[in-house]
Amino acid sequence: MTRSFALIDGNSFYCSCERVFDPRLRRRPVIVLSNNDGCAVARTAEAKALGIKMGAPMFTIRELCKREGVVVFSSNYTLYGDMSRRMNTVYERFASDIEVYSIDESFLDMTPVAPGQRAEMGRDLRSTVSTWTGVPTCVGIGPTKTLAKLANKIAKSTPQLRGVCDLTSDEARREWLPLLALENVWGIGRASQAKLGTFGCKTAADVAALDPKLARKTLTVVGERIVHELRGQPCIDLETVAPTRKGCAVTRSFAGRVESLEMMQEALAAHATRLGEKLRHHGLATDHVTVFFHTSPFDNGPSRSVSTTVDFPEATNDTLVLVRSAKWGARRIWKSGYRYSKAGLMTVDLVAPEFSQRALIGPLDREKSGRLMVALDACNQKLGRGVVFPAAAGIARQKKAWITKFDMRSPRYTTRIDEVPVVGKA
Amino acid sequence: MLPAVLGPPIFLPFYLKAVRAGFPSPADDYLDAPIDLSRTLIQNAPATFVMTVAGDSAIDVGIFDGSLITVDRSLLPRDGDAVVVDVNGERSIKIFRIAGGRSSLAFGNRRYPDYDPGRDAQIEIFGVVTNTVRRFRR
Repeated sequence: MTRSFALIDGNSFYCSCERVFDPRLRRRPVIVLSNNDGCAVARTAEAKALGIKMGAPMFTIRELCKREGVVVFSSNYTLYGDMSRRMNTVYERFASDIEVYSIDESFLDMTPVAPGQRAEMGRDLRSTVSTWTGVPTCVGIGPTKTLAKLANKIAKSTPQLRGVCDLTSDEARREWLPLLALENVWGIGRASQAKLGTFGCKTAADVAALDPKLARKTLTVVGERIVHELRGQPCIDLETVAPTRKGCAVTRSFAGRVESLEMMQEALAAHATRLGEKLRHHGLATDHVTVFFHTSPFDNGPSRSVSTTVDFPEATNDTLVLVRSAKWGARRIWKSGYRYSKAGLMTVDLVAPEFSQRALIGPLDREKSGRLMVALDACNQKLGRGVVFPAAAGIARQKKAWITKFDMRSPRYTTRIDEVPVVGKA
Repeated sequence: MLPAVLGPPIFLPFYLKAVRAGFPSPADDYLDAPIDLSRTLIQNAPATFVMTVAGDSAIDVGIFDGSLITVDRSLLPRDGDAVVVDVNGERSIKIFRIAGGRSSLAFGNRRYPDYDPGRDAQIEIFGVVTNTVRRFRR
């Protein structure tokens, strides 16, 4: 039984979600900005045609957007997440094994489908997703995940394929692989491209023709895997069960700039509150937290970027411990005279609390803390996030200086009853 | 002691009487899940969107100003269905008509003039209206 995978993903996914709910956006250039309205993270074909690059900072394209009538949105992850969930529900009708790879991409197991019928199934899948959710997609099919990803790229850039590319057959791979530059191959980043260039590798076909041992020498075991995968020998399987999270981070850019320690500690306390929620939601704990903040590369003032790691005597997911540690870490590396633009908390090596060592001296009162955290989470789940929080995280009046901006966010059309679309007469 | 961790809520049947060694409640064997209106209103969840109605252009088919509607994109419109439709980039509610293989759109309000989108109008049906919800005593 030869394996077969499909990779389906939304075209300009965030922009397409916005278009479902506002018919006036059809054929107009639309872009969606990253958190804090920093840079363009999604662009429709019309916006790409105007020369707006992926990741372009907003201040470099503001004039262009005004002049050309580009519609600009802040990111609305609540909406995109719900649309993504709907799409994956549709995929479940077509395949029993699905790996949700990211908010807009999923791998489907196509192994049970007869090779001759896979492209047709891809077309059915596409049209069902489009009819039911309104989001246009592309489907790539291949005997390995790497080839499915490559097929998806071909489908995206070749309109006459009508959104589906099938690299199941050797003939199809012989035809397409020599036409694809290195950067199109999943897992080959800039550094690897440079290394492969020295061997005269220019296309996906050149990589497939490499000696696997040589690939292993230059690009480690990852490179060797890519060679096998491009030849149609699967080395990467479907991950239908999400792996235990290994790390967790909460970072935000400030809407303005932060220049006082009090304000910085308040922002970090709020991040710590969110980090605690995330850890408890996944049933994980940590024995350290890394605090960092830095100035903006776009500001003219003096620049500074610092971080410090605070260790705990034992693993915990107690918000109050995280808040205390974040504030203490911030004080340790604080220096005035800078205009900080971003701060965050990171943690790696997460553990399940029941498997962590208990501290010999000053152990945390886990029973008491556990009950308090359950109550805290229950309140926030019932009443909305951020209703109950440690006072250290600041109160609304002061928060304005550092909370994330959502100036141009569309309504949360599918998840809030008071934000659903209004349909009138026309 | 394990720290408590919140997962998704789990709905358990509510037993009508405390468990005691004694005579069991005759209702225990007949427990049902509570009525969930969304199951009645939403046949196909990934394809269904909720909207609010503005205006009186569909009152003849019982769709009133301020009502919520559920709109299912997976259904093929049939003659007489209320549909949400995009005409030249404007979204509205119309009645779908089909006779002798020719389809057309109409207002759902007799006091309105006949609906004419014009010859080269760009028309695209967003979905079929499947239910309305009117709330009294807000």
